[in-house]
Amino acid sequence: MTQTEQKDMSPYHLLKRNLVSRVIIVSITPLILISFIILYQFKISYHEKVEDHLEELIRKHKQNIDSFLGEKLSDIQALAKSHTFKEMSDESFLQDRLNILQQSFGRVFVDLGVINAEGKQVAYAGPFKLGQAQYAKAEWFQQALQREYYKSDVFLGLRGLPHFIIAVRETWKEKKWILRATIDFVAFNNLVEEIHVGETGFAFILNKEGKFQTKPLQEVRPDSEPYTEFLGYGEKAREEIHIVERKDDSGNKNIYVAAFLKHGDWLLVYQQRASDAFSDFTNTLKIALAIILVGGVSIITMAFVISRRIVGLISKVDLEKEMMNEQIVETGKLASVGELASGIAHEINNPVAIMVEEAGWIEDLLDEEEFQEGENLDEFKRALKQINTQGKRCKEITHKLLSFARKTDSRIQDVHINEMMEELVALSAQRAKYANVIINTDFRGDLPCVRVSQSELQQVFLNLINNALDAMGKDGGEINIISRVRGDNIVIGIDDNGQGIAAANLNRIFDPFYTTKPVGKGTGLGLSICYGIIKKLGGEIIVKSTKGTGTKFRVYIPISGKREMESASKVNNGSKTQIK
Amino acid sequence: MNAPFVLLVDDEVPFVETMTKRLTKRKLRVIMAFSGQDALEKLDKNRNLDVVILDVKMPGMDGIETLGEIKKSYPLTEVIMLTGHATVESAIEGMKSGAFDYLMKPCDLEELMVKVEEAAKKRRDHEDKIKEAQVKEALSGHGV
Repeated sequence: MTQTEQKDMSPYHLLKRNLVSRVIIVSITPLILISFIILYQFKISYHEKVEDHLEELIRKHKQNIDSFLGEKLSDIQALAKSHTFKEMSDESFLQDRLNILQQSFGRVFVDLGVINAEGKQVAYAGPFKLGQAQYAKAEWFQQALQREYYKSDVFLGLRGLPHFIIAVRETWKEKKWILRATIDFVAFNNLVEEIHVGETGFAFILNKEGKFQTKPLQEVRPDSEPYTEFLGYGEKAREEIHIVERKDDSGNKNIYVAAFLKHGDWLLVYQQRASDAFSDFTNTLKIALAIILVGGVSIITMAFVISRRIVGLISKVDLEKEMMNEQIVETGKLASVGELASGIAHEINNPVAIMVEEAGWIEDLLDEEEFQEGENLDEFKRALKQINTQGKRCKEITHKLLSFARKTDSRIQDVHINEMMEELVALSAQRAKYANVIINTDFRGDLPCVRVSQSELQQVFLNLINNALDAMGKDGGEINIISRVRGDNIVIGIDDNGQGIAAANLNRIFDPFYTTKPVGKGTGLGLSICYGIIKKLGGEIIVKSTKGTGTKFRVYIPISGKREMESASKVNNGSKTQIK
Repeated sequence: MNAPFVLLVDDEVPFVETMTKRLTKRKLRVIMAFSGQDALEKLDKNRNLDVVILDVKMPGMDGIETLGEIKKSYPLTEVIMLTGHATVESAIEGMKSGAFDYLMKPCDLEELMVKVEEAAKKRRDHEDKIKEAQVKEALSGHGV
């Protein structure tokens, strides 16, 4: 049973699966394709844009820092060139110069110092008490002596504070001297610190050895990639700005922008989390993914819902079609069997008529005197009578067969169902008494009349009542007959508590010639004639039966008769008076 | 009264023959015909036929058609239709066209006898009335 059910379900299952998969593929594929193509293009162009922007930013700052350093250098150079060592050795004069510088450039210049060739500071102007300091061994001093000018890396120096210096070498009376200026670290640091983009973007400067020249906002290990890579670049690469994307130690992807400053001595590094730098893209991506997800889910949901609905409709229509086909087949079967039956009946009728006539003739002849003495006369007469009886039985059968397909005495008249049923019950009462069966009736009083052929309807109910009586065993039983109105129909119920009908036989009981009665007891035409009559009226016979507990018949008769019945009645009404 | 003079028409030869024997035994004058055409020819030769027993269903010219011809040419002759159950409607149609009555096959012979007697009586009464009328007319004609 389950296997057949599965078999029945499978085409719908398959159809549903096909529908769902096709709808999903057709809807989601373009959605995903378009989304990913656009996102990919957007990502590329957005990356380019961000990188261009960062490159430009760094380039500008490189120029700013370079020009800052250059300006400071040229200020100090001008100062050294325009005054002699003697003048500059005067501390008050030097203080004046520092004041002038500070007035014009702010507190960028922290202090000034004049150092002679031996490394001894001969004059100092500034906040620290560094007078007479000895620089002969300081590295910057060594470097500065060799060159026209020198810009140092940031170092702690004698003061213990981070700073860097610009030193200019001049010659006075064959002797070299050096003018040294300390550049305020905070001012310089600000220059770099102000390169601050987004939440994680910051910049710092490294020297050739990878030491910090400014304070990075976040902790950075300068001995790691890609800083070492940047620092390893050759002379040529030092003019360009480099952009790379790398993962740092903690696994975050960063974007690094590097530019060389101070003729390649320093490296300006800008770094930012990629997620931060491309946050707009990330947001867009998130929105797009959310839309794809929501869209996808709703497409899938809709695909399932719609497919289920469509497949449901189709299966319903199929079921209806199947039922209709069954009905058509059933009706067609009955009709064709009816045609066949009437043909056969008619053909049999004539030979039977001849046989009966021949028997009659023999009977006639037996009346003649010569036979009166015959010892078997009575036997002959009995045999002939039997032939006559059986001939009549044949006639009855053929007439039943014929009425199965033909309209017989089908005069249409107003029929009171209840009155008719009472007559029928009275007719059956004698038989019921012998069969030990009680017939209960429950008729609803206000049933409307129906325009039908009374004799046909009588045939139907007599048949059903007889069947109910036949279904009872020796112990008898009960038959309940009810009449009701249900919508546009009158419903007659005939219920018995007899032996019931086996489920296997239940769908065959309306087939002609189908009978479970012993041979000779039933023609198998009763119910199929009933079926034909009720169908012709536009009604319905429904049977429910359980083996062992009984059978329930429900006959539905439409209150407003069918049109064809009315037209049929015209023909028959014309001959009404002449039919006996 | 003379025994009715009957024409029995059916395509089933054994039926006609046996029926003829039985009717003859019951003092009827019976002649046979085995088709509609045959029946009309026999009628033409035997103008004094009282009753035609006519089967509805016959090959060729059927009972209804034959009935039409009979009523047209020999209006006084009464016709009893014999029918199988299936042709009750045609029998009814036949009665509309002037048949005396109908019987279903196989029929009870006594019933048939009664019908034949009735039909023959009707036919003869009818004939008598016509004769009477003719006599009256002749008398009145002479009287003038």
